[in-house]
Amino acid sequence: MIELRSVTHAYGDRPVLHDLSLRLAERRIAILGGNGSGKSTLARMLNGLIVPTSGSVAVDGLDTRTDGRAVRRRVGFVFQNPDTQIVYPTVEEDLAFGLKARKLPKDEIARRVAGALERYGLDRYRHQPAHQMSGGEKQLLAIAGVLVLEPDYVIFDEPTTLLDLRNRRKVIELLRGLPQTLLVVTHDLDMVKDFDRALVLEDGRVVIDAPPVEAVPAYVERLG
Amino acid sequence: MLGLYLHRESVIHRLPAGAKLGGLMLVTVIVLTLPGAWGALAAGLVGAAVLAAAELPAGRVLSELRAPVVMLTLLFGFQAVLAGGGWMETAIAVARFAALILLATLVTLTTRVMDMVDLFERLFGLLRPLGVNPAKMALMLALTIRFIPLLGDQVREVRMAQRARGVERNIAALFVPLLVKILTMADDLTAALEARGYDPADTGTKNGTQR
Ligand SMILES: Nc1ncnc2c1ncn2[C@@H]1O[C@H](COP(=O)(O)OP(=O)(O)O)[C@@H](O)[C@H]1O
Ligand SMILES: [Mg+2]
Repeated sequence: MIELRSVTHAYGDRPVLHDLSLRLAERRIAILGGNGSGKSTLARMLNGLIVPTSGSVAVDGLDTRTDGRAVRRRVGFVFQNPDTQIVYPTVEEDLAFGLKARKLPKDEIARRVAGALERYGLDRYRHQPAHQMSGGEKQLLAIAGVLVLEPDYVIFDEPTTLLDLRNRRKVIELLRGLPQTLLVVTHDLDMVKDFDRALVLEDGRVVIDAPPVEAVPAYVERLG
Repeated sequence: MLGLYLHRESVIHRLPAGAKLGGLMLVTVIVLTLPGAWGALAAGLVGAAVLAAAELPAGRVLSELRAPVVMLTLLFGFQAVLAGGGWMETAIAVARFAALILLATLVTLTTRVMDMVDLFERLFGLLRPLGVNPAKMALMLALTIRFIPLLGDQVREVRMAQRARGVERNIAALFVPLLVKILTMADDLTAALEARGYDPADTGTKNGTQR
């Protein structure tokens, strides 16, 4: 479970999250809201990439302020733009990157990389430069690069925003099958309709917190 | 010339990165000590042999040499004009360096960046007493190779957007949005590295794992 206690965050003296207290325990949680409402800030808060200005965030009891590294082992993070997440030129090498950062033994790395190539349909791209892949394939690689680390939670910050319809569907299918707890920031209301819970942010405050069947229509209505 | 890795199941591909880089240095020294024409011939023969053994498409590899050969020709040509050398010497000098560049290209085409990075990490490790962080240096190398083509894309994108708005050629107008893009990318990249468990404070020592 991820727990936020009176979390406030400001960039400089500009507050962007106001006193959020949340217990996030559902398997599928959507984070909705307009541009600049604080979604990315909240998302990055959940794995300690950003620590709150005041208040605290804990993942399974680990405080992100003091145990950032341990938290990030449990909580994977996928960003919107795959180009800034892919570190190595070819697919196979990139999948190995996070595993090497963990200093796993070579044979274990090889085994996990082979597994990920197969599971996420990247086998035929194995030795290909990521640079030559399409946007959708790159996003799949970015997601695989996180999943190969076997996190318990995965946070996605607008994973389908840059994708065409077909690739968007592919990513949604992939997410649907994942055993992990997922927290997804998105503008894609269709994608979240079978989620367990949806939070709607507005100016750094949670204005709606309900299952998507209620939250989505309420959000749409709020937009006017 | 910084040809990207091209996968084949060849002996050359399977050689350890250290052997290839060591071999390249050795051949370079030999070629530079041999008299001009012989040096060019030796490097050329080694290059051709490696090219064949690596099962790489010759046309594609040789096309990587076009730009450096043009540059070398200009360079040595100028030198010949200024210092009054003959065209024969110029041709030999160009051939000699072109052959060496071919060999270097063959090394990068047959070696995965990760293996190269591992090698450099070990080499940089020797500099640790001087305060060098080998893991950081190695990562920088990997990122540079990965981001060169991406940077080209960004330049094209910004220029296209500007041409669409009627600005044809304006370095300042290119520079500012490009800088913004690069800084944003760098920011995202830092977060992504951290999210994937990379720790910049890491000293690069490998505890508990064997190679
Ligand atoms: N690094 C930063 N420095 C200063 N302001 C920022 C930074 N990141 C985001 N902001 C500002 O904080 C607000 C919330 O941003 P963000 O969390 O990215 O919102 P969202 O993801 O919902 O679009 C925005 O007004 C944005 O301009
Ligand atoms: Mg955002």
